[in-house]
Amino acid sequence: MINHIGNYSLLLCAVVSLIIVFVISRKFKKKNFKISSNLLSFLSIQLLFSFISFFSLIYLFVTSDFSNETVYNNSHSTKPLFYKISGTWGNHEGSLLLWLLVLIIFGFLHTLFSKNMPIKQRFFTIVFQQIIIFGFLTFTIFTSNPFDTIYPKPYDGLGLNPILQDPALAIHPPILYVGYVGTAILFSSSLSALITDTMNKRWAIFIKKWTLVSWVFLTLGILLGSIWAYYELGWGGFWFWDPVENISLMPWLCLTALFHSIIVLEKRETLKYWVIILSLSCFILSMSGTFLVRSGILNSVHTFASDPTRGSFILIFLFLLILLSLGVIFFFPHKNDNVISKNHLISKESLILLNNLFLMYFLSVVLIGTIYPIFLEVINNQKISIGPPFYNKLIVPFLIPFLFFMAFATKIKWINHSFKKIGIINILLFLLSIIIAIMVIKISNTKYLFSTVLFIFAFLLFFYTCKDFLDEKVKLSQKFSHIGFSILILSILLNGVFSKEITKNMLVGDELKFLNKIITFESISIEEKKNFKALQAKFILKDLNGEKIFNPEVRIYNQPKIFTSEADIKTGLFEDNFLVFNLVDDKYFNVRYQYKPFMLLIWLSTILISIGGIITIKEKNEIY
Amino acid sequence: MYGKKVKLRALFLFAALLTLILTIFLVIKSLEENVVYFISPSEIKSLPEIEKKKIRVGGMVKKGSIVADKASTNFIITDFKNEIFVSFNGLVPNLFAEEKGVVAEGYLKDRDFFIAKKILAKHDENYMPPEVKEALKND
Repeated sequence: MINHIGNYSLLLCAVVSLIIVFVISRKFKKKNFKISSNLLSFLSIQLLFSFISFFSLIYLFVTSDFSNETVYNNSHSTKPLFYKISGTWGNHEGSLLLWLLVLIIFGFLHTLFSKNMPIKQRFFTIVFQQIIIFGFLTFTIFTSNPFDTIYPKPYDGLGLNPILQDPALAIHPPILYVGYVGTAILFSSSLSALITDTMNKRWAIFIKKWTLVSWVFLTLGILLGSIWAYYELGWGGFWFWDPVENISLMPWLCLTALFHSIIVLEKRETLKYWVIILSLSCFILSMSGTFLVRSGILNSVHTFASDPTRGSFILIFLFLLILLSLGVIFFFPHKNDNVISKNHLISKESLILLNNLFLMYFLSVVLIGTIYPIFLEVINNQKISIGPPFYNKLIVPFLIPFLFFMAFATKIKWINHSFKKIGIINILLFLLSIIIAIMVIKISNTKYLFSTVLFIFAFLLFFYTCKDFLDEKVKLSQKFSHIGFSILILSILLNGVFSKEITKNMLVGDELKFLNKIITFESISIEEKKNFKALQAKFILKDLNGEKIFNPEVRIYNQPKIFTSEADIKTGLFEDNFLVFNLVDDKYFNVRYQYKPFMLLIWLSTILISIGGIITIKEKNEIY
Repeated sequence: MYGKKVKLRALFLFAALLTLILTIFLVIKSLEENVVYFISPSEIKSLPEIEKKKIRVGGMVKKGSIVADKASTNFIITDFKNEIFVSFNGLVPNLFAEEKGVVAEGYLKDRDFFIAKKILAKHDENYMPPEVKEALKND
């Protein structure tokens, strides 16, 4: 019953989508340029139907109705209620339904909050939004319908993959999706701005907020995914250049470049096409991300079970959207406004352009590293993978000028900046950074020339952002984001040079000596939990600061039968102690201890970065 | 001949082009250096010479082959035609088990012995790394 309700609401969503497009085309014909109440009510009906269909799937999961195929494949009656609910979007079909819901919510909110925008532009945005919604609806209904049924009804479900049974991962997909889907608004809005030729200051202020909404959610989504991989996968790090991680990083880099350029559009009304191209790319990158993850083309530990028809459907849809945007760009050229804007080499706008150049370079490195293996496989059937050294080698050297320019750029004026004397404070800060950087390199025994220079500029950026933080002239949002970024870079670098780890196979009672620490494997015990058995180990770590007791676990889930390791992490402000173990054979336990400094600062600084975005979203603009 | 502005622009264009070429060169070069090829145990047997480059070997962990000691975990990867001994001294993934798919990344010592630096296993029990699937399909 509920299954049918969900299924039909999904179909009705698609029907309403067509009706909305029809209503708008009638309005254009009649030249009736008003958002009428019936258009609004159609949008609300669509929203209502998508809610109904999403909640019926949640209901099916909660009541463990295994006649539904999605529930059967991804749930089990003994699973805790929380994970029954989060299991709804822990799989392909359910996550698409969530994607659709978020897409429709965004479209609706856009209509509500765009009252000050020109009416034609609003109409076109709604139309493009409905095209995207309709495309995803057809995709969901025909290739991955979450409401497919099985007959006869199975006795019990297959269960949710235990590594997905985790609080961070329960909220990670919805947040990440808001980030991805938010870029759809940028796509529709920039196409309609092109058609109506309204790429002006007002549009810039409007689109900036939507960009930042996506960006903040994407930042937090990536953060949650990263924290999850840190403690659940036992990889013991924060970033692995895994293809699925790269895919979320690409739209992030693009969005970051975008909202910096939008500031130029807002203040100086230049870079119009660049802003448009970036906003289109943000959505296309998010879409291709979905395509690559969902089609199973990407060779990654994250890859879910794959289905080629899904991949080709998204690919075709993606090509159509790209074709559409190219068509709009060519057929609706922007009429040149006769304002000759003077640009000087040293001005805020050229530095923002420089920032974009660097971000685009980082983006292309990540893009090449991620898709090159796919190309090579298609061309000569050779299987390869590209590891972290590739990214480190290409990104790290270019971070040095990036950090340098970032440190100074905030103080550069618009249009034309003339340098006055280099202040004594600047020289002092520079010397201080050099001294600290050399000390860090000495202590950590790092032997690369690059790292010294990198540390100098990382510290320099940190000091400058601190200085800016106290400066009243600097915008509050920029203060937070930039200081967050400088702390992030610094923590990553310090984490990189000071991390230490050891892996050994141990028996109960064994001792392990490592860097003036002694780790003792005290005991192991078995505990029965609701849907898993827990092998709990007790380790004692002794060092100069005293004793620490670690209780890492290996969980043996019965449905499906899978082992997972639960690391025990002792988190402090400046250092993490990370201990994880695993079973090797019937005798030995595989134990890894890691000393990871500044992990907490990496997470906290990322939150600081997004706080900057939230501040800008909440800002009131005089135009409204 | 040409104005100052034109010269400046030409210079700028030239610089931009140079940077672009340099970047592309850099990217391609580091791609070549950092690519890790995937090879099956059978392909290793027919290698003309042992390379010092990092590679990946994939297949199934042979039944009864996992033997651990204090320093390392040893096992055999098989593609059911040929097999190779692997020695590893890092953290094994949760889903690493006998008769399951595995990919080991590291260096060849000789045609029968592989020193792994990293071991990858799949995320869930229904999923098999495409590389392993391919290696097993060729039978």
